[in-house]
Amino acid sequence: MSKIMIYAEVTRDNYLHTVVFELAYKAQKLAEKLDSADVSALLICKCGLGENFKEAFMNSGFDNVYIVENDRYTHYSTELYSKAAIEIIKEVQPDIVLIGATTQGRDLAPRISSSLHTGLTADCTGLDINENGKLAATRPTFGGKLMATILCKTLPQMATVRPKVFKPSPENIVKNTNFIYKDFEIADIKRKVEFIDFSANLRNEINELDSAEIIVAGGRGMKNEEGFELLKQLADVLDGTIGASRDAVEMGLAPQSAQIGQTGKTVTPKLYIACGISGAIQHLVGMQEANRIVAINADKDAPIFEVCDCGIVGDAFEIIPKLIEELKK
Amino acid sequence: MKILVCVKQVPDTTDIKWTENNTMQREGVESIINPFDLYAIEHAVNLKKQISDSVVTVLTMGPMQAESMLRKAIAMGCDDAVLLSDKKFAGADTYATGKTIAAAIKNKLSDYDLIICGQFAIDGDTAQTGPSIASQLDIPQVTFVKALERCDGKSLYAIRELEEGMETVKVEFPTLICVLQGSEDPIRPTIAGTIKAQNSSVTVYTMEDIGLDEAGIKASPTYVSKAFRPEHNRGECTYCQTYASLAQKIKEYVNE
Repeated sequence: MSKIMIYAEVTRDNYLHTVVFELAYKAQKLAEKLDSADVSALLICKCGLGENFKEAFMNSGFDNVYIVENDRYTHYSTELYSKAAIEIIKEVQPDIVLIGATTQGRDLAPRISSSLHTGLTADCTGLDINENGKLAATRPTFGGKLMATILCKTLPQMATVRPKVFKPSPENIVKNTNFIYKDFEIADIKRKVEFIDFSANLRNEINELDSAEIIVAGGRGMKNEEGFELLKQLADVLDGTIGASRDAVEMGLAPQSAQIGQTGKTVTPKLYIACGISGAIQHLVGMQEANRIVAINADKDAPIFEVCDCGIVGDAFEIIPKLIEELKK
Repeated sequence: MKILVCVKQVPDTTDIKWTENNTMQREGVESIINPFDLYAIEHAVNLKKQISDSVVTVLTMGPMQAESMLRKAIAMGCDDAVLLSDKKFAGADTYATGKTIAAAIKNKLSDYDLIICGQFAIDGDTAQTGPSIASQLDIPQVTFVKALERCDGKSLYAIRELEEGMETVKVEFPTLICVLQGSEDPIRPTIAGTIKAQNSSVTVYTMEDIGLDEAGIKASPTYVSKAFRPEHNRGECTYCQTYASLAQKIKEYVNE
């Protein structure tokens, strides 16, 4: 039987990362296409933490969970975590290994795949099983202008996936999960990278855009602070959150944490209103999975109009106040 | 201190056009130094100023045309340049690229302290080649680095930008770091550097020179089975002529 393994990333505040549940549900769908597969999780964490997650694993369709606990794993360390992951993967021999494309996942995954002399496809937006039972991993390249489906000749076939690209299961998938504790001798590994300190972002800076249902985003066309004030008024009427293109951030109109796109956040709101954003591909890759996209732009040829559901051509400074009036009616 | 900077020549992705057959038009697309790699060069040149007797070598794998990019890197302050060029390197994925660069470093440039890479390349955007090189050299890596501090020639402090905040780590050499965009405009060529670049020679190594027996597409575990232009599954844009109809649409979308 085929085996699919998911890396169960633990966040800095000791929760399972949401991407673990998104990958778990995707793994169930891949397992169906493989005529059933064993779905396992790999958890590396400090002593005792695994106990906290057992119920979550049992409700998310995992057949087996491999747990490696040691207090040296309290902070993520490339050196220590990759050692544990490589040992477990060598022993379990999964056909497919999926890892969240977080900073931790993107640091860890290539280290594992290179050590195992296997292939890794980064930042996938689609995962499927092809007619030969192989993982077909689809990802955007060239800043999203080209999609490529990538196959891997060796095992395990590895892929990373950004958070929020896939959805978690809408209901519990209850399994009689086996929890298998593993231990490695790591006391003698001397770390060359030493943790010094960590300063957290302000909480509201992180979560607002990630969980926003409605985003009102501004670009270069919003010109100045007055323009962003208009966006705030529109966002207030819709109970939405402000986002920005890279241009707007570079113009100092919005903080870096509000930036959406290739070098910023990926968002998937219910409604995305793009104001004065031309729609450069680097921006589109961060928001094109929104359920609905509305564009307000003065340039009728702006690429944003190619990806939106509805739009209006004109000066955002004129349109937005009128739109607010209409929405209040 | 010996610093190696790994750079990549990439097509300017802001300038990609499509042919009528939905394939990417490659002719006439300008090649540039991967923008993230400019920050790698900048960090290296800054460290060279801080630590006396430092040497910065810029390294790439690519076609012979990549030589002009390496000269630009010299103009920005690198001391010498190495180009890994061989038809057998073509079609390499990130694993094979890491293997090739690691082999060149082991065989020809083993006397290094620090390797600096850009975190991403704007064409592939995998962020995998740096860690792949580090893994195959069996040295530690520090990724998502925003700033470097307190380099003493044997170790440095790296400040990493993560989702939840900024992490500071201390790393001993030899090591490989992958750098993000810095906060200021990246480094530019100087006049003195440009003159130096014109008179510098670029060392070229082939697969045989670096002691590899397999590279490129043959050494790559992954391959592209299909490439296609992304499709948007929403229909044509509905253009609203009035503010009322726009507001109506927005209300519909909110209530879906």
